Amino acid sequence: MSVATALLVVIWCSVTAYALLAGADFGAGIWDLLAGSGPDGRRRRALMEHVIGPVWEANHVWLIFVLVLLWTCFPPVFSAVASTLWVPLMLVALGVIGRGAAFAFRKAVTHRAFGVTFAVSSLVTPLFLGAMAGAIASDRVPPGIAAGAVLGSWLNPSSLLTGALAVSACAFLAAAYLSGDAQRAASVDVEWFRRRALASGVLTGALSLAGLLVTRADAPALYHGLTHRAWPLVVASAVAGLAAGEDPAEALRAARALHAYEIAFWESLADGLA
Amino acid sequence: MVLAVADIAPRSQMGFSLGWHIVLACLGVGLPALVLFAEWRGQRTGDPVYRLLARRWARALGVLFAVGAVSGTILSFEMGQLWSGLMDHYGSVIGLPFAIEGFAFFIEAIFLGIYLYGWDRLSPRAHLLAGVPIVVAGVLSAFFVVTANAWMNSPQGFVERDGKVVAVDPWKAIFNKATWPETTHMLLAAIMVTGFVTASVYAVAMLRGRHDAYHQLGLRLSLGLGALAAPVQVVVGDWAARYVADDQPIKLAAMEGLFHSGSHADLSIGGVYIGDSLRGALHIPSGLSLLVHFNPNGAITGLETVPPALRPPVAIVHFAFDTMVGIGFGLLALGAWFGWTAWRRHRLPRTRWFLRAVAVSGLAAVVAMEAGWIVTEVGRQPWVVYGLLKTSAAVNPAPGVGWGLPVLLAVYAVLTVVLVAVLRRMTRDTPVPVAPQEADADEYAVV
Repeated sequence: MSVATALLVVIWCSVTAYALLAGADFGAGIWDLLAGSGPDGRRRRALMEHVIGPVWEANHVWLIFVLVLLWTCFPPVFSAVASTLWVPLMLVALGVIGRGAAFAFRKAVTHRAFGVTFAVSSLVTPLFLGAMAGAIASDRVPPGIAAGAVLGSWLNPSSLLTGALAVSACAFLAAAYLSGDAQRAASVDVEWFRRRALASGVLTGALSLAGLLVTRADAPALYHGLTHRAWPLVVASAVAGLAAGEDPAEALRAARALHAYEIAFWESLADGLA
Repeated sequence: MVLAVADIAPRSQMGFSLGWHIVLACLGVGLPALVLFAEWRGQRTGDPVYRLLARRWARALGVLFAVGAVSGTILSFEMGQLWSGLMDHYGSVIGLPFAIEGFAFFIEAIFLGIYLYGWDRLSPRAHLLAGVPIVVAGVLSAFFVVTANAWMNSPQGFVERDGKVVAVDPWKAIFNKATWPETTHMLLAAIMVTGFVTASVYAVAMLRGRHDAYHQLGLRLSLGLGALAAPVQVVVGDWAARYVADDQPIKLAAMEGLFHSGSHADLSIGGVYIGDSLRGALHIPSGLSLLVHFNPNGAITGLETVPPALRPPVAIVHFAFDTMVGIGFGLLALGAWFGWTAWRRHRLPRTRWFLRAVAVSGLAAVVAMEAGWIVTEVGRQPWVVYGLLKTSAAVNPAPGVGWGLPVLLAVYAVLTVVLVAVLRRMTRDTPVPVAPQEADADEYAVV
């Protein structure tokens, strides 16, 4: 294994850690948006706040770590990605600001506007992060500074679908974690979260299948990677997804398995970078 | 003076988001020490006022830290989004300090979580110990991130061949010639900002008639911190200027508005730099030569030695430098007044002018710190990496990048207003979690 490959493995592990940990945070924010009104909504939001409170926005450290590794070890890749995709990167930045600030403020002072900002930016941030990943995977970020299309690189079927997939995966992760947490807290909301974990899991599966179809038309190279080199991972992800549907108690384990799809995805991404 | 129009929006955006973040970063460096000191005194003396101060400051620290984490994340995005050329060339050289800063931040976040959530769950001693890593990690992350800036002033630790970096010695890059003066100057500035900003909050409350023990102590502790740092900062500032004279003579010339090289160079205070000369300034004959070389015959390099395209915007740099130094001496005088009265009379000065001065000292300290960064950043222009890479060659050429500035300005304006409002409401409305022995301490309100 060359040094470059070893470093890619480290970067890939960090991205996965970020997707799992921050993804659950984003997902909790998304369910915050959909938690309903009245005492039910308040109780569910309190549970979510209890779960993510102690970690705050500390999970962003993984993302910062990835960025720093990328610019230290592969500077041309970092500058190509950040310069071509500066618009979605800026939108992610705004999402990070809105989410982090609103969450901190909400803990100190109760105000409706903070809750709305927190929830909306939790949705927006993974959407554009996903769109950026989609842009890279579908080969729309050529090497060189600002060499790709400033809008077309991320406003296209593959990128947007990847963004939507990221959002639904975050929602699934969070619902699975939260139903487990509700169970431990013997909360009445176990069933509520469990059903949402199922629904978002099904949605994530559907989007993944749609992703195969879309990439076939829109990004043939990525499709080829997914159906050839990475096919065992794609199948593993589908099986894990079905298992999660059979037995919701397995949801957490499945949440990890879900990332098999992501692994496949990142593998083709690494291909693209190389 | 040449301003490249193409890079003015990205430069402003970076300057603005850095300038905003750095205020929170300063508080992140200084406030933990203040909190721990108050908690330690509270444990030793059992004085509920110390305990209440520690709790209140810790709560504010929590909010400031969370917002600072976010504005810091944005900066790492902007490094690529705005300065793709810089990262493309030298990303590999300056990566290590950012990575270490990331780890330090992680440690800080973990222990701040333990500290805030464990207040009534840990033993007093364990709780105090849990706060120590916050102080250490805060100082370390500030140190390492400033070394990256020091490297931009004094680049070393790499081999370049045909315009490409082929070998890197990251530790040599971190410990460059600018590192020690610049980081020391900045860490002291952070302590001063924390001290004077915190003191100004209590001064405002005391001007409104709240003279109880809580406000007295809050003011004494924080102003004491600022007053201790101010005289040290004068010495360190001199050291930093001496480094600049040595390594970046054109920056020094811009700071002093000095066009002609020569010995017996005057120290110029105030004035406006127009058309290659400084007008209306107060001149101290041979002052600059004396300060730099301890000798009136000492030669100082003037701006005339480089073509106009390689000179920074002199008027801005000179004005910012005078602002920083002027406020610095003002804060030194305020600290001395406070220290003298405390030492001789064991009380605060009685005149309301003292409280008024303390009330504006917080804002003044922030202005001085920002002015210092303007000196070092604008004074380095037109270079982003001194002598090696021009700022105009480092900027992201993608269309529309300039739009980031108005968007960011709008978002940060809202964020600033809300942050101040939340901090104010927090101290007024929300009861502080109070342990049984502190039940009598909650009747005080700040501001």
